[in-house]
Amino acid sequence: MTARGRNTPRLVRDIAHARAGDKGNTSNVNVWAYDAADFDLLKRNLTAERIKREFPALIRGGVDRYVIEHLHGLNFVLHDALEGGVNASLNLDSHGKSWSYLLLGLSIED
Amino acid sequence: MSKGPDVFRIGTGAGFAADRLDPAVDLARHGKLDVMVLECLGERTVAFAHRDRMADPRRGYNAHLERRMRALLPVCHEAGTTIISNMGAANPRAAAERTRDIARDLGLKGLKIACIEGDDVSASVPLTQRFMDEPGTLADIGRPIVGMNAYLGADAIQPALAAKADVIIGGRLADPSMYLAPLMHHYGWRADDLARAGAGTLVGHLMECGMQITGGYFADPGIKDVPGLAQCGYPIAEVAADGTAVITKLADAGGCVTPATVREQLLYEVHDPAAYLTPDVTADFSRVTIENAGKDRVRVAGAGGRARPAQLKVTVGFDAGFIAEAGVSYAGPAAAARGRLAGEIAGERLKNTHGIGSETRIDLIGASSLFATAGRGQTESEDVRLHGALRTTRRDEAELMLWEVESLLCCGPAGGGGFRGSITPVVMTKSVLIDRALVHPTVELFVA
Repeated sequence: MTARGRNTPRLVRDIAHARAGDKGNTSNVNVWAYDAADFDLLKRNLTAERIKREFPALIRGGVDRYVIEHLHGLNFVLHDALEGGVNASLNLDSHGKSWSYLLLGLSIED
Repeated sequence: MSKGPDVFRIGTGAGFAADRLDPAVDLARHGKLDVMVLECLGERTVAFAHRDRMADPRRGYNAHLERRMRALLPVCHEAGTTIISNMGAANPRAAAERTRDIARDLGLKGLKIACIEGDDVSASVPLTQRFMDEPGTLADIGRPIVGMNAYLGADAIQPALAAKADVIIGGRLADPSMYLAPLMHHYGWRADDLARAGAGTLVGHLMECGMQITGGYFADPGIKDVPGLAQCGYPIAEVAADGTAVITKLADAGGCVTPATVREQLLYEVHDPAAYLTPDVTADFSRVTIENAGKDRVRVAGAGGRARPAQLKVTVGFDAGFIAEAGVSYAGPAAAARGRLAGEIAGERLKNTHGIGSETRIDLIGASSLFATAGRGQTESEDVRLHGALRTTRRDEAELMLWEVESLLCCGPAGGGGFRGSITPVVMTKSVLIDRALVHPTVELFVA
């Protein structure tokens, strides 16, 4: 039984995969539904507003969401979300590479 | 120079400064490549290279250049594969001369090495220059500038290709431009063919991080398994005249190429998928199609392009002092409580006993560290590590930080062990824009 098996999905990780990158103090996280059938569920659960709301101390700026409908993907741009960025952050992960798993760790709520 | 009847074959042999060498040799030997690109430069890498060059004018290029060239030159020479690389970093001339000497050592007489310069624009950018994407000017930073490099595009690489160079070495060559340039040269794509520029830029963008498209940086055991990661292969792009491409790898190399590995890389470090800016084009990845085309073969098409940005981006590196990092570990019952107490003691002594006001951060690895600010991931493991970090422009403060954390071995909570500490020089980078008319790329040939 894999995490994205037949059980009711509990986490975003159960239906999607993701990768994070950084430019300056801006992070982007792209998130892709494994199955096209789950894309609407992903879109409903991962809104820009929710991501901003979930991490208020980390994401100081706004959140933009780009929808890549035909590839079942979402691209989130998290502004002022890298604790100053790789130049200034004292976080061990100063690039915020692990932010992909911040999003994958969110719960599926409807 | 094409090795296939209908396609031009480009391989990646490094996707960052410290990338693996042995799979690059495998790919050069068996990949039937027209071109191998070694992408070895990030924003901070180039700034560190400037510091190396200041310390020794013969240095300032990629630390692995010698080993890479010794291994790859003979194989690429035999296969008729052109090498294109930004391993020159802050000193392309020294890198080209070193490569020429290595070629002579290896008996590759007549090998032509092209050196691209002109990306160092430190003489052309005034301190009053405003930042590209934030308020302020270069002068506001108040720290010594260690280097300024403009991103050079495919047009800077074309003369080296026209001169039939075997090896092309530059400094801040834009990553995707190293792929687009040989495609333009081979297929005769014109500089104003924006659709082809977008397509070639897509190929470069997908390929430039090496194994990040062949299964590297992808595995999540149980749900996203990747076979043979220890022997993961670098990617190959088979590019057709219309700019569409198949991304693949050597059949017997580890890793995998699937629509999922390609999707994750498609928007890696991309903000608006419809506007990916390079020196060559404003590329549009928003309508790219990704299709399975056989085992470890994925076809990509549909990239678009609009006019290139009017100005070039310049990365400016500043000497930003040091980061001091130090840690002690705690295990067993109440390990996290003892680790937290250790952090409180170290923080209090740095601030109150030594009066250090520099920015500090105390994490407890195994309880809360990477996601501490995000407010996630807190656990109460019985195996934790105090990790203190301090940023300072003063070496003596950095050393004091290590001393204080080490002193916890005798003066801190019970059962602490395993002190390690390090002091790392830091460069800060900022971006500005420069008029293209102020940037003058040059190409010089060195013959072995």
